[in-house]
This record gives sequence, structure tokens and C-alpha cells, in this order.
Amino acid sequence: MKRSNSPIFWLLFGAGGMLAALFGTALVYITGVAVPLNFTPSSEMMNYTRIHAFAQHWIGKGFLFAVIALFAWHAVHRILCSLHDVGIHKTLGVKLLCYGCAMAITLVSAVSLLSLGF
Amino acid sequence: MSSNTSARRPYVRSMRGWWRRDRFFMVYMARELTAFAVLLYSVVLMVGVVRLSQGEAAWNGWLAALRSPWSVLVHLVFLLSMAVHAKSWFEIMPKTMPAMFIGGKRVAALTITRAGWAVTVLASIALLALACWGQS
Repeated sequence: MKRSNSPIFWLLFGAGGMLAALFGTALVYITGVAVPLNFTPSSEMMNYTRIHAFAQHWIGKGFLFAVIALFAWHAVHRILCSLHDVGIHKTLGVKLLCYGCAMAITLVSAVSLLSLGF
Repeated sequence: MSSNTSARRPYVRSMRGWWRRDRFFMVYMARELTAFAVLLYSVVLMVGVVRLSQGEAAWNGWLAALRSPWSVLVHLVFLLSMAVHAKSWFEIMPKTMPAMFIGGKRVAALTITRAGWAVTVLASIALLALACWGQS
């Protein structure tokens, strides 16, 4: 019997969903609301030097990569399953479009993060 | 006989708009829609990382874009979606994970859900503390 590849996508979906549940709300608040509206102790919270140093450290780099890539894999898998509910079924093209999106996001963020160096 | 059956056009109820028929389905769809917020936010962060790798001017351009009123409005929608996602993620978790036993007794679904929410609160506080670290 041919082995199913669905556990891989399910695992990425689960990991991304967990990460989004744990950190998503606080992350969106910090980057999208608090910093733009200056609800922060200082205006330097997301300045270039600080974030650049964060992204150069392996922990920061790993966190950013995990968040960006796993959020994407979680979301496309969920969207793919929901499209079925509205009558757009899991044909090869639809699968390629969804998972291709996540793959592109993964590769672009990996290349950018690696180019920042350690 | 067969021509008779093929000429019949039995009524088949349409599935169009099925999720608007029932409150339960609407809650389900709202929950599934949070995936779009997660995907778009992932793209926002990806662009941020790309801009960061292009130098200080590019990074400051990304920060300026985040300050536009439209961006803040969109992020408020993301914020709500992420909260809905976190709430429902841990509500579903007892149904998706293998049964857990402590001292021979099965852990109640509500206990698992509440533990998940508690960890989310702690993780959020930790992240906010980290973001504020060395500031002020």
C-alpha cells in the first residue's frame, strides 16, 4: 500500500496551530498595534539594531522562522480543508496552490533569515 | 423502465450556503476563517524579515507601513482572529489528542482546555516581557 503523505501536513498544521494559539495574539498585538501606535515603554522596541541583533541570534532566527513557516503551513492546510466545505475539492491543482504558497513563504523567509548571518 | 427512471428528476437539496443555516455552522466557519488571518500575518512577517535583510532604510519603510491606519485596522482584525483561534484551538484539543490519564483517571476535557488557555496567557506575558526587556 502506498504510504500517505497526510501525516506530514497534519503535523505541520498542528505545530503551526499550537504556535499561533500560544504566541499569535501577543505577536500581532506587539508588531501590529502596540508598536505602530506607540503603546510601548520606548519608541526603540522594534528599531533596526535591536531586531537585527535578535534575528542574528540563533534563538531569534529560529523563532522567527518557526513562526513564519509554521503559521503558513497551518493556515494553508486549514484553508485547503475548508475549501472542500464550500465545494472546492482537493484536486491536485488546489493542493499545489495551497501548499505551494506555504513552501514559497518558507523558502523566502529562510533565505532572508540566513542572509542576515549569525 | 430505465428510460422512465432517467427521466425522473428527484429533488436534491442544494448545499449552497449550508453554513448559514445554523448557528453552530456559522461558528465553525468563523473559526476556520481565522486561518486567513494566520496566513496573511505570516506574509506580513515574511515581508518584515525580507526588509530587515535589505538594510536599515528598508526596515524603517516596513515599520512606517505598519503605522498606516489601514495596517492598524487590519491588525486589529488579525488580533481578534488570533484570539478566536487560541480560544477554539484549546477547545478542540481534548477531541484531537489521545486520551490522557493521571493516576488512572482520564483528564477531563475542560481541564485540558483551561490548561491550554493558561499556558497561552503565560506565553503572551513572557513575549510582552521579552519585547519590553531593556526598554524604558
